[in-house]
Amino acid sequence: MPTPSRYWREIPQRYRLEAGKCKGCGFVAFPPRVVCPKCGAREFEPTKLAEAGKLVTYTVIRVPPGPFEDQAPYAVGIADLDDGVRLTAQVVDCDFDRLAVGMRVRLEFRKLSEEGHAGVIYYGYKFVPE
Amino acid sequence: MRDVAIIGVGMTKWGELWEKSLRTIFTETALLALEDAGVDKFDSLFVGCMSSGLFVGQEHLASLLADDLGRIPVPAARVESACASGGLALRQGFIEVASGASDVVLVGGVEKMTDVTGCEATYALGTAADQEYEGYHGLTFPGLYAMMAVAHMHHYGTTREQLAMVAVKNHDNGSKNPLAQFPFKVTVDGVLNSVLVADPLRILDCSPITDGAAAVVLCPAEMARKMKKPAIRITGSGQATDTIALSSRRDLAWLESTHLAAGKALAMAKRKIEDIHLFEVHDCFTIAEIMVTEALGLVKKGQGGKAVEDGLTARGGRFPVNPSGGLKAKGHPVGATGVAQAVEVVKQLRGEAGDRQIKGAKRGLTQNMGGTGGSSVVHVFEAD
Amino acid sequence: MAGIIGYGADIPRNRIRVEEIAKVWGADAPSYKKGLMLEEKSVPSPDQDTITMSVESSKRALKRAGIDPREIGAVYVGSESHPYAVKPSGTVLAEAIGATPAVHTADLEFACKAGTEGMFIALNLVRSGAVKYALAVGADTSQGAPGDALEYSAAAGAAAFLFGKERLVADVLETYSYTTDMPDFWRREYMYYPRHGGRFTGEPAYFAHVTGSARGIMAKAGLKPADFKYVIFHQPNGKFPFRVGEMLGFTKPQIEPGWLVNKLGNTYSGSSPLGLTATLDIAKAGDLVLLVSYGSGAGSDSFVIRVTDRIDEVRDLAPRTRTLLDTNKVYLEYGAYAKYRRKIRKAE
Repeated sequence: MPTPSRYWREIPQRYRLEAGKCKGCGFVAFPPRVVCPKCGAREFEPTKLAEAGKLVTYTVIRVPPGPFEDQAPYAVGIADLDDGVRLTAQVVDCDFDRLAVGMRVRLEFRKLSEEGHAGVIYYGYKFVPE
Repeated sequence: MRDVAIIGVGMTKWGELWEKSLRTIFTETALLALEDAGVDKFDSLFVGCMSSGLFVGQEHLASLLADDLGRIPVPAARVESACASGGLALRQGFIEVASGASDVVLVGGVEKMTDVTGCEATYALGTAADQEYEGYHGLTFPGLYAMMAVAHMHHYGTTREQLAMVAVKNHDNGSKNPLAQFPFKVTVDGVLNSVLVADPLRILDCSPITDGAAAVVLCPAEMARKMKKPAIRITGSGQATDTIALSSRRDLAWLESTHLAAGKALAMAKRKIEDIHLFEVHDCFTIAEIMVTEALGLVKKGQGGKAVEDGLTARGGRFPVNPSGGLKAKGHPVGATGVAQAVEVVKQLRGEAGDRQIKGAKRGLTQNMGGTGGSSVVHVFEAD
Repeated sequence: MAGIIGYGADIPRNRIRVEEIAKVWGADAPSYKKGLMLEEKSVPSPDQDTITMSVESSKRALKRAGIDPREIGAVYVGSESHPYAVKPSGTVLAEAIGATPAVHTADLEFACKAGTEGMFIALNLVRSGAVKYALAVGADTSQGAPGDALEYSAAAGAAAFLFGKERLVADVLETYSYTTDMPDFWRREYMYYPRHGGRFTGEPAYFAHVTGSARGIMAKAGLKPADFKYVIFHQPNGKFPFRVGEMLGFTKPQIEPGWLVNKLGNTYSGSSPLGLTATLDIAKAGDLVLLVSYGSGAGSDSFVIRVTDRIDEVRDLAPRTRTLLDTNKVYLEYGAYAKYRRKIRKAE
């Protein structure tokens, strides 16, 4: 899991879904980037992601990495948000057999993990069924 | 660019090698390759290793191994591209010989994965993904490939049974490989009833955690001929990158980097895919092999599942894939895999593959891939 | 003229029934259900805590208020289960809603009335003109000691209120606080579960302060119980609100809309605030509402609130409290509940 500075640096993305819209071609980069991967331009204007979309794929992770040991099994998915941006996140508050390609989801603020009992608590976004 | 030959190969038994450290595993394997090549000196060393840092706390690996091999002050470099580290090390060695910068180059790959717990290994392997936007959310490699499988199954109707058949085929091949980690057969039922790792992938869909190394010795083809060695040449090498995060790709069920790397390697070799007699590909998960066969052009997009079901990629099929047992049965010490694929192809082209021998094999192709396809390296090998 | 311009609630979807807890401890479920007038309580998922619920309830309050979060000048989170002992919940909330950096933040604690504490402060900052808008949240994921009576009721939930001077949804006409020092319920630092004085928490604690506060505000405002359409009392169990209501001269119909505890449990700092969000969900323009909180230690904050006609425009801009309470529920067994609430000792 990230060090305190690595966590803090991504707060605008993790808490507020702040992205960058390329001034050259309109591509939305999340997280924001220096170089547009579509047209190579270097100027972006601030924008925010849409907060709902639909799943294009998903899975249930049953063998977790260390920091997520207590959470398994948990579902994760990739969704096409209503603004066309594709996002990866856990899918919670949803029975596993309800997961389906095309399922509508929205984003909610949740706890991702923590650095043990005494470390930093990591917050961010997760999908919940709409 | 000079023609490049492989004059020596080395590989030891792969598995959970509790008694051997990373350096021992590598050194023993490298010495086998040098012995097989009949050379003692080499000009340069490339070592493929994904993460000696996370697995055994060791960086500066190339120097350490050059030292351990007793060959300092030879120039040495560690090459990293996640699971494509070995293939990329091979490419660097190939380029150095082809360019004339070096004559004899030793290329090795090694990974020591059992000195950490399973959870720690899962985490280390996960560093091949996007740490802040995939790893942060609890993604693992089985999880990412499972999502590719769900997309592939949704779009093309690939079935759970077809995925299992990849494991069955590769274990059947692996049962004839004395160096494989799991030299035993499995059944479709056995795969379908094994424990879930990331739905729909089960433990028998996944390559294992393995300790092991592989090594090859390269030199100019001209030199190989003078040494009267069987002339096995690397005739093509290609590499391509793709987005690090799976969610950055429009088509979740397609491996573009493999498609591009194969195109470049075949173009260099002046061959078409139909000219190749055997393929060693990156079956880190059963779905990966299915997608690779499509990306290589062995079958049309979406037909990879049907191909394995129809026996197209079996040892006796039109396009034998993974006669060594693949990552699934042979094992997957990450950095070593790409080099071990070359070892198998060379043995096959020399006619030294025993019960796994593909009859009349003259041309082989290796495909090594990092992460969810963020990097792919393809090589074409030919026997004169 | 200052009051509520937006409100929002967040309630986790997990529930555990009284019978399920009683079964494990060998207690008589029917007598607990009858004695506490309680059937089930909410349980936070492992990825929910005071901070996440504060963020979600505040986002809902913002939807109803329709203001630019950068104009929020103060953010307060009242809880007795802040995730950090040192490092505010309020800063995470302020970042998440986009109120940073020109904002004042503080975390508050006063047992179950930390939420109304924040409301008192936020309201008065706006009234005085010190800030344009202020946000106050009451949120908790409190723990009940296993096998203790409080385990049946200690629940999780959050309510958020945005205060301003214009476009009021509900005008706050009067406030009054009644406070004394009293060790009825407490938790020492580094202790995992709170302790309490048993029956001592009733008459001299809850009842004395709630009646003291309610009588005090009615005297100050020149009002009597019959003047109010609705009243919300702090809800540590199902019985106390009706008993104190009766003592003061309020009727059941006045209490019922804001009485959530029988299905929700006691959400501590969220308790009377959630009663208020549920009441606002069904109130009409002109309704007079009395809110009386209680926090052990001890104290009670009262508010006289008059609902405006803006309520009809905003109430459905975010989920209603009873929708969150009554729909999409998942019932847990004690094992899952104990795992979620970290009552199981794991290896270091």
